[in-house]
Amino acid sequence: MQLKEAPSATREMFYAEALGDALRQELRRDERVVIFGEDIAAHGGAFQVTAGLLKEFGKDRVKNTPISENGIVGMAVGAALTGLRPVVELMYVDFMGLAMDQIVNQAAQNRFMFGGQARVPMVLRTQGGSGRGNAAQHSKSLEAWVAHVAGLKVVMPSTPADAKGLLAAAIRDDNPVIFIEHKLLYRTKGEVPTGEHVVPLGVADVKREGSDLTIVTWSREVLFSLDAAAKLADEGIAAEVIDVRTLVPLDRETILRSVRKTHRLLVVHEAVKRAGYGAEIASLVAEEAFDDLDAPPKRLAGLETPIPYAQHLEKSVVPQVDDIVHAAKGLVG
Amino acid sequence: MKMAARTKARHESLGLSLEDVVQMYRVMLQTRMIGERMMQLNRMGKAMFVGVADGHEAAEVGSAWCIRKGVDWCVPYYRDVGVALVLGQTAKDQFLGVFAKATDPNSGGRQIVNQFSDVKAKMLSGSVHIATQFPHAVGLALAAKIRKQDHIVVTYGGEGATSPGDFHEAMNFAAVHELPVVFVIENNQYAISTPVKLQMAVANVADRAAAYGMPGVIADGTDVLDVYEKTKQACDRARGGDGPTLVEVKCYRYRPHSSDDDDSRYRSKDELQAWLQKDPIDKAAAYLLQQAVAASRLEDMRQEIAADIEAAITAAENDPDPDPATLTRYVYGEDAE
Repeated sequence: MQLKEAPSATREMFYAEALGDALRQELRRDERVVIFGEDIAAHGGAFQVTAGLLKEFGKDRVKNTPISENGIVGMAVGAALTGLRPVVELMYVDFMGLAMDQIVNQAAQNRFMFGGQARVPMVLRTQGGSGRGNAAQHSKSLEAWVAHVAGLKVVMPSTPADAKGLLAAAIRDDNPVIFIEHKLLYRTKGEVPTGEHVVPLGVADVKREGSDLTIVTWSREVLFSLDAAAKLADEGIAAEVIDVRTLVPLDRETILRSVRKTHRLLVVHEAVKRAGYGAEIASLVAEEAFDDLDAPPKRLAGLETPIPYAQHLEKSVVPQVDDIVHAAKGLVG
Repeated sequence: MKMAARTKARHESLGLSLEDVVQMYRVMLQTRMIGERMMQLNRMGKAMFVGVADGHEAAEVGSAWCIRKGVDWCVPYYRDVGVALVLGQTAKDQFLGVFAKATDPNSGGRQIVNQFSDVKAKMLSGSVHIATQFPHAVGLALAAKIRKQDHIVVTYGGEGATSPGDFHEAMNFAAVHELPVVFVIENNQYAISTPVKLQMAVANVADRAAAYGMPGVIADGTDVLDVYEKTKQACDRARGGDGPTLVEVKCYRYRPHSSDDDDSRYRSKDELQAWLQKDPIDKAAAYLLQQAVAASRLEDMRQEIAADIEAAITAAENDPDPDPATLTRYVYGEDAE
């Protein structure tokens, strides 16, 4: 599948702005698209992603809800079953705990349980990750919870352009998609196509090419890994950085092709290492490309602890740039 | 004092013909008789698990009679065999579900029994998790309002389903946005073994409605015409744009919660007997006889239903099982718009 890039025009946008641009693009394009969430209408959302949408599209399509996460997701399931394409915002990924039944037992399985009679074309937008002093209940990385559930797709963009293109693709997808943004990416900038921009789900992006090792990562750790790759280059180590962009479906081929070239794998993610999605990628490579490896696959990920409030502690819990450099050197050396 | 003209019969004052009431009775009886055979098939080892509607027939049929087939959405719960039959499912459909056949119209043998899902008929049953259907119903109603469609939504649950948070979140949202939803609560007095008085401190489920700013009404679940009347008023209110209503239908479950339950451990025979005196099917039959419907017609009807059920069971048993090669079908859709 080819990326549908806009022919020419791009503009520098914040990640949050690019998400809003995708919502606007899809709300204009398809009248079945509606958005629900807490504080998303007049207020514009906790991170201002939905700012301005109420004014353009009105309160029927941009709907503020009471605090009721399970109810909001359940309503979206119902609305999606009628053919609407709801985009729901959960303010923090940590709140998935409140809505997990509707996500796991309803949205994910309704198509199957109805023997294919119905579909649930909805997007659950939320944001996770640490680095903002939001502490244990507002900073987690919970992608492994949902990646484990058959019937869901899981998307985690790292750049403004991907944020726009992947959100558009998620809204057009006929399955429930969990779309996890990162709170510290909202104020990062990048060139974004101003016209229609759709990045297909299930296609990884090689963000930097290299021949000495493959770093597979996603979300904010992509930025850290690129910084680490620049430092490694100064020391003569060429790291290839793959942003998986979507965990489900996973672009296995791009990962395997890279590892067959570099012979070394480092997976980096912010979520707790134990039972994290990095294990899935390490085992994929061990199963499919074992003979191509010159070293055991390595995972660098969050410590097995809740996210602490104190900022110096918080940084020590998730992989930082120097941690990645250190791990990469250990793998190559 | 002599009346110049005869007094209108109850059904006439509700806008129903006598034939309507005969057909309501037919579905009630069919519901009861299907339940009897489902339980027998379970005891014979032919059905893995069943839950039946005995005692709920008036609640289900009287309320579902208000739904415009193919126009309004209906979100029933797992006891609503009577609702599914009113909306067009057949006896065979029920046994295809019981036997989890490939031709099971609800899910092709994927979902547990009594999850009545027929999207063409605008009927959805999402879950055996209690109360998860209410937010779905509210979403369906919200969609109607957004798209300016004229359907309303009638959703069902037991009184046990009014305890979880989903119920409250759904009621609240529906009331705030004046959505066209009717919540029909079949209060059969028990959440499996837990009696109403240990489920809620209010006397009636209907009392809960006040907290959300919507009307709460009580219907006699042993009287199909009373259930019809109260539900019809609620549906008319929703259709008129005046928002949601909670209709509590007081009834009693004559059998255990499911084939896995033993109700003798938590309720007395005397209590059951008292409710059996008010059997909704007997009451409906008495009404029809009083309206000069011939007893022989009702008896013929019973025999026709019994023959239809036996044919349905045989036909369902002979239908194909789901092909394991199709197992992963419908996990993801590949048919993006």
